[in-house]
Amino acid sequence: MYGVQIAFRNYNPVDGFTGSPWVGLQHFIRFVNSYQFSQVVGNTLWIAVLGLLLAFPIPIILALLVNQLQSERFKKFTQTVLYSPAFISTVVVVGIMFVLLSPRSGLVNNAIQLAGGQPVFFMGSPEWFRPVYVISDVWQNAGFSMIVYLAALSGIDPALHDAAKVDGASKLQRIRHVDLPGIMPVITVLFILAIGNLLNVGFEKALLMQTNLNLPTSEIIQTYVYHAGLQQAQFSYSAAIGLFNSVLNLVLLLTFNWVARRANQATLW
Amino acid sequence: MSLNTEAVAAPAPVNQPQPLRRRSTSFRDKWADSAFNIASVTILALSIVAVVYPLYFIVIASISDPNAVYEGNVWLFPSGVTLEGYQRILADSRIWNGLGNTVIYTVLGTAISVTTILFGAYALSRKDMPGRKFLMLLFVITMFFDGGLITKYLVVRDLGMLDTVWAVVLPGAVGVWNLIIARSFFENTIPGELREAAQMDGANDFTFFFKMVLPLSKPLIMLMIMVHVVAHWNSFFDALIFLNDDTKYPLQLVLRNILIQSDVSSAGTTGGDIESYAAAQRIGELTKYAMIVVSSLPLMIALPFMQKHFTKGTMIGAVKS
Repeated sequence: MYGVQIAFRNYNPVDGFTGSPWVGLQHFIRFVNSYQFSQVVGNTLWIAVLGLLLAFPIPIILALLVNQLQSERFKKFTQTVLYSPAFISTVVVVGIMFVLLSPRSGLVNNAIQLAGGQPVFFMGSPEWFRPVYVISDVWQNAGFSMIVYLAALSGIDPALHDAAKVDGASKLQRIRHVDLPGIMPVITVLFILAIGNLLNVGFEKALLMQTNLNLPTSEIIQTYVYHAGLQQAQFSYSAAIGLFNSVLNLVLLLTFNWVARRANQATLW
Repeated sequence: MSLNTEAVAAPAPVNQPQPLRRRSTSFRDKWADSAFNIASVTILALSIVAVVYPLYFIVIASISDPNAVYEGNVWLFPSGVTLEGYQRILADSRIWNGLGNTVIYTVLGTAISVTTILFGAYALSRKDMPGRKFLMLLFVITMFFDGGLITKYLVVRDLGMLDTVWAVVLPGAVGVWNLIIARSFFENTIPGELREAAQMDGANDFTFFFKMVLPLSKPLIMLMIMVHVVAHWNSFFDALIFLNDDTKYPLQLVLRNILIQSDVSSAGTTGGDIESYAAAQRIGELTKYAMIVVSSLPLMIALPFMQKHFTKGTMIGAVKS
């Protein structure tokens, strides 16, 4: 945090953190006015929002379904299987994507060609970056996120379910009126946390998935910071962009926490 | 799961007023339930296939003849079984070197993180520690708001840790989320009376911590070890920005360079495919499949054992402070 001050200075290594001259908001203004600004911020928001729309509800749905399963063994099995990709590293997941989606020898393109289509160069086309990114994210993490909801579901008093059964509620009705309200506090807290990290998600993966060809959609704020800062040594400029990202995040978090409090839901503090 | 058993044993609500129109399970309701069952089992079965098939395919492709994979003849079973991909990997010194580094980083990093988290979280769990609330606030702020990549890099550089093991294991050694989980665990399982009793018997804080707290915290310690082993085994980013010397690269970074970067560079040169180049390409693909298997195998084998701890960890973590 102490080092954040370089975002407001013209950092140079000779003078160090405290010796470099102050320049105020110059770097922020330069970023906002740069031609990359709308593209980079737009890409970040696109991925974040798409990710949230898909990746947030799917684990909840999976947990509700798994929780309804009768057989303990099938339940355990499903859980373990859906959970396993979370232990594969991002590098390997992206590696898998590259081999499966390869335009010449990949499984997916073989299937497309078998169905009479033209091979698609998924990793090299800007329009495919977002769908591939989000879907692979769900593939890898949905099972892991599901566990929290399952834990919350197991905490619901079974008497409520029995009472609903006596009243003749179907399974679907019990999910709607017993399970969902029961895990609502957990959903709210996790949603706020997700919002708080909205703009930080998946930096490593985006960096790995980046190719020169998909750069128009794959360059997000964080990868831009990496390129401008560490590869081109514009330390102050990119620190300012990083700070911009963090502030934006904090604002989102505070806003949603406030909204949740107004709506009388569980809040973070 | 054990949470359920008590509640099940509780008597059914006998005194509740009977609902006005008590419906018997009619044909319609049964139909709705079995429709639901079919739909839900179908969805789950499809999800399982969607998760497992890509992994299964990688495994069978890694032991199949590259030409068969290339032509799309490998779907359910390997074809023209060969172990060439694995042989090539085992002969590749980069892989062995990366593996060795990863083991060092994992052992050292896990030891540092788990030790600091246990000590720190215990201190933070003690209600009589001065400045406890304030310290916790400082930690939590960093969860949502940090200095960013550049300042992290500059700090590590100014500390002279670039290109050393420390750059990989020290920054981020204390994860706030894990600290909070550990603190909640201590608060909920170590009653204050126990400490008082120990103090009566003449135990100081250190004796109490080592003789009482740690033995009572085995599930937590297991969880913390698992979390950090997985994290270190899979991490590449710190190594990417802090290490220039490729003999210090961990396995994941070696993998990235072979699996991902080589594909990107070859993607640009699709123009004139020479015969020998194509052959090399196919062998390259085969090695990639084998490499994915080799690097994920250790964690996948350990998964059934680890899962228990992770599920427990979610329960601990779910207890709000």
